[in-house]
Amino acid sequence: MDVLLQQTINGLVLGSMYALVALGYTMVYGIINLINFAHGEVLMIGALCSWSVIGWLQPLLPNTPGWVILLISMVVASAAAAALNFAIEKIAYRPLRHAPKLAPLITAIGMSILLQTLAMIVWKPNYKSFPTLLPSTPIALGEAVITPTQIMILAVTAMALAVLSWLVNATQLGRAMRATAENPRVASLMGVKPDTVISATFIIGAVLATIAGVMWASNYGTVQHAMGFLPGLKAFTAAVFGGIGNLAGAVVGGLLLGLIESIGSGYLGELTGGVLGSHYTDILAFIVLIVVLTLRPSGLLGERVADRA
Amino acid sequence: MTHTFLSKRGLGQPWLIFVLALALPLVLQSFGNAWVRIADMSLLYVLLALGLNIVVGYAGLLDLGYVAFFAVGAYLFGLMASPHLTETFPLIASLFPDGLHMSLWMVLPLAAGLAGLFGLMLGAPTLKLRGDYLAIVTLGFGEIIRVFLNNLDYPVNITNGPKGLGQIDAVTVFGYPLSRRLDLGFIELPSVTLYYYLFLALVVVSVVLCARLEHSRIGRAWMAIREDEIAAKAMGLNTRNLKLMAFGMGASFGGVSGAMFASFQGFVSPESFSLMESVMIVAMVVLGGLGHLPGVILGAVLLAALPEALRYLAGPLQEMSGGRLDAAILRQLLIALAMITIMLWRPRGLWPTPEHGKNLPTVGGGQA
Amino acid sequence: MSNANTPASFAPTRGGESLSKPIDWVLNVSGISKRFGGLQALSDVSMQIERGQVYGLIGPNGAGKTTFFNVITGLYTPDSGQFELAGQPYQPTEVHRVAQAGIARTFQNIRLFAEMTALENVMVGRHVRTHSGLLGAIFRTRKFLAEEAAIAQRARELLDYVGIGAFADYKSRTLSYGDQRRLEIARALATDPQLIALDEPAAGMNATEKVQLRELIDKIRRDQRTVLLIEHDVKLVMGLCDRVTVLDYGKVIAQGTPAEVQRNPQVIEAYLGTGAH
Repeated sequence: MDVLLQQTINGLVLGSMYALVALGYTMVYGIINLINFAHGEVLMIGALCSWSVIGWLQPLLPNTPGWVILLISMVVASAAAAALNFAIEKIAYRPLRHAPKLAPLITAIGMSILLQTLAMIVWKPNYKSFPTLLPSTPIALGEAVITPTQIMILAVTAMALAVLSWLVNATQLGRAMRATAENPRVASLMGVKPDTVISATFIIGAVLATIAGVMWASNYGTVQHAMGFLPGLKAFTAAVFGGIGNLAGAVVGGLLLGLIESIGSGYLGELTGGVLGSHYTDILAFIVLIVVLTLRPSGLLGERVADRA
Repeated sequence: MTHTFLSKRGLGQPWLIFVLALALPLVLQSFGNAWVRIADMSLLYVLLALGLNIVVGYAGLLDLGYVAFFAVGAYLFGLMASPHLTETFPLIASLFPDGLHMSLWMVLPLAAGLAGLFGLMLGAPTLKLRGDYLAIVTLGFGEIIRVFLNNLDYPVNITNGPKGLGQIDAVTVFGYPLSRRLDLGFIELPSVTLYYYLFLALVVVSVVLCARLEHSRIGRAWMAIREDEIAAKAMGLNTRNLKLMAFGMGASFGGVSGAMFASFQGFVSPESFSLMESVMIVAMVVLGGLGHLPGVILGAVLLAALPEALRYLAGPLQEMSGGRLDAAILRQLLIALAMITIMLWRPRGLWPTPEHGKNLPTVGGGQA
Repeated sequence: MSNANTPASFAPTRGGESLSKPIDWVLNVSGISKRFGGLQALSDVSMQIERGQVYGLIGPNGAGKTTFFNVITGLYTPDSGQFELAGQPYQPTEVHRVAQAGIARTFQNIRLFAEMTALENVMVGRHVRTHSGLLGAIFRTRKFLAEEAAIAQRARELLDYVGIGAFADYKSRTLSYGDQRRLEIARALATDPQLIALDEPAAGMNATEKVQLRELIDKIRRDQRTVLLIEHDVKLVMGLCDRVTVLDYGKVIAQGTPAEVQRNPQVIEAYLGTGAH
């Protein structure tokens, strides 16, 4: 039972990070029908930028509490990632908005490789340890434990979701985004500039991914140029089985995936009598995806869109 | 038929192309076997690209897990033509006292068939999915296969896990193992060149096959599905069966290429069958020209050969950048930049199907 | 003019009606209902179409015309309804079986195979009546080659028939709007249908194009084909159709000859009355 509780906590933490990244994927897909393959790399760039900022600030501000430095680094990294994502969209995706469907996908894949390679060049390929800036004493929760870092992740994610929800539902930008996602042509006739909305989507996605990246680095303690690939892929999978284009679906999908992976890795060995060990956790995401899509082809919260003849 | 096919695509003298292709390895081998090896791998990638072209180019099904079929073919040959199974399972050793070996004529249909079967199996769950969902599910399948290959060494050691399968036989053609050089008196053909001719033959057969499929009732049906699945259904096309056919047919090419790869390298491990490979093959098809055979071949050769060739020219660049840029990084950089710039410059690919259908040979016109 | 020039293959094998024979219904449907969530799109719709007729389906926007089309062509599953096609019970459950059974349709928003040539589009129409598969294609058997030649020839004839023979090798997306509509009709004809169903074929056409369309549909009727037509252009429908059904809010409000229907007060109110659509 204690394993279950522990894995649930871990799962929610992991799922929170997946949810933040999944949101970026689902927002971009909802608006321009593009699978942004490079989104996982934004997470990585955000984490590496944050690492650099921390490394630069720590000697300068020796008496500042750790969480302040972490916060500053997150803000700076978010700004950098947002600028980067904005530029990427403008240079590589916008010209292809009316090109054959597969062209922007290939560009996105190329961008993903490019970002990883550039990160490898700039930051060098070795694993770097991410400083622990928060107290590391775990707090007991029943028979399980939770670390302050994990608490921070849950709190930050909740805050980010709240802000995003406010943005999407209560601001003009949010309305513009929703309108463009539903019907770009009519939205533009109503005065919404699609370019602005799309850029905003990429910027917001970058901020969310950076937050997730910094959280990830804090939680696992390392950063490296390839760190974004697998989480990005899984987050996208989560967005799909939550129902791509649907914000709530991305969150639900992300959390669900985190829980399944954590609980799964804990019990997989037992459940299969030792045949399938925890090495198989990585493909749990895909197995879940296939099962969900077979039963509900538009995803858990996805809309059944009837194709109008 | 091949003659009209090639010449009407603006390749003027098809015989010239053929002669050049035959002469290539002989020219390259004088610069070193490594160059012929690059040509060999390029041909294997051409096979893969041709197969994926059937799925993505003709039928419009975005398959991001195509490397799974490459793996199936490779491991099939790896298991059937190496000491692994006989060493691991005494029962098999007793059944095959001379070890497990397989002739070329058995490998080809078996690899094609098994991979084709996997194509049907992996395609079946995707039939009702929308385009991009299909992509992620096929990607998932590719990863699932790789992870299984990596972990099926426990509890029963079938695939030998991350260590892979080694000592895989060379292919024997009419009794002659291609691992041995061939002395023709006036010229000596090293093993890599022999493999080149085998792969070239397979590529030629595949190109003819694909061209025939393209200009047929089934080919048109696939393209109709790609263009507008609802209209296709309304015209009476059984899209379910047609999609399965595309998956199966496309996969079989991957299987053949995989088996040849296993024999060529003598060794296979799950590392060679990553997601990046699937992505590369998709890039080859799209960069070259979706659905256009010459373009697909061009794309495959470009993405397969250039980065390898660059490895040999990267030395000076490495020194210039103080060691930060090595050949592997440079290769990745080149591939990434190529993908981005080519798509921005030529979104339909480097050599797409000609724009104005006016001058294309019409079906029924070009055939006997 | 057309009977002399029409290849015999276009005319179905049955001869014309005589008074002593029972009526040759191509399509006989009754009691069709379809609900979408809170909206009753179709209520108890019935229709009988005789062979060789041009049958019109009209009604204000949102009346359910396209829904009806989609039901009989298998895109929507009806909540209830009996279907008979050429005297045989007919279940429009799987879309691809519809063409096989004998109903071919065009689409309101023109759904051509854009990157394929006009000729290839029509050749795809022949798919449902031909058989070569993978083996024939790969080995180029005699049977395959003969079938391919026949498909190509028939496709060319159909392109000529609708008047766009000159554009056979052009990619279909490069054709003019009017020509694209004609191409869609040629493609539908290629399936050798019992009934050809046209979904707003005159939409977006100018006056000249409408005249040409009308001539084409007349030609199709003269060749003993049965046509079901949804149209907004009431003048076109009244001048062209033998019989008309008028839908409003998913219900049949009038059925009969154009003259009868035009005089029907309910019809007049539906089109001109208060609560304008």
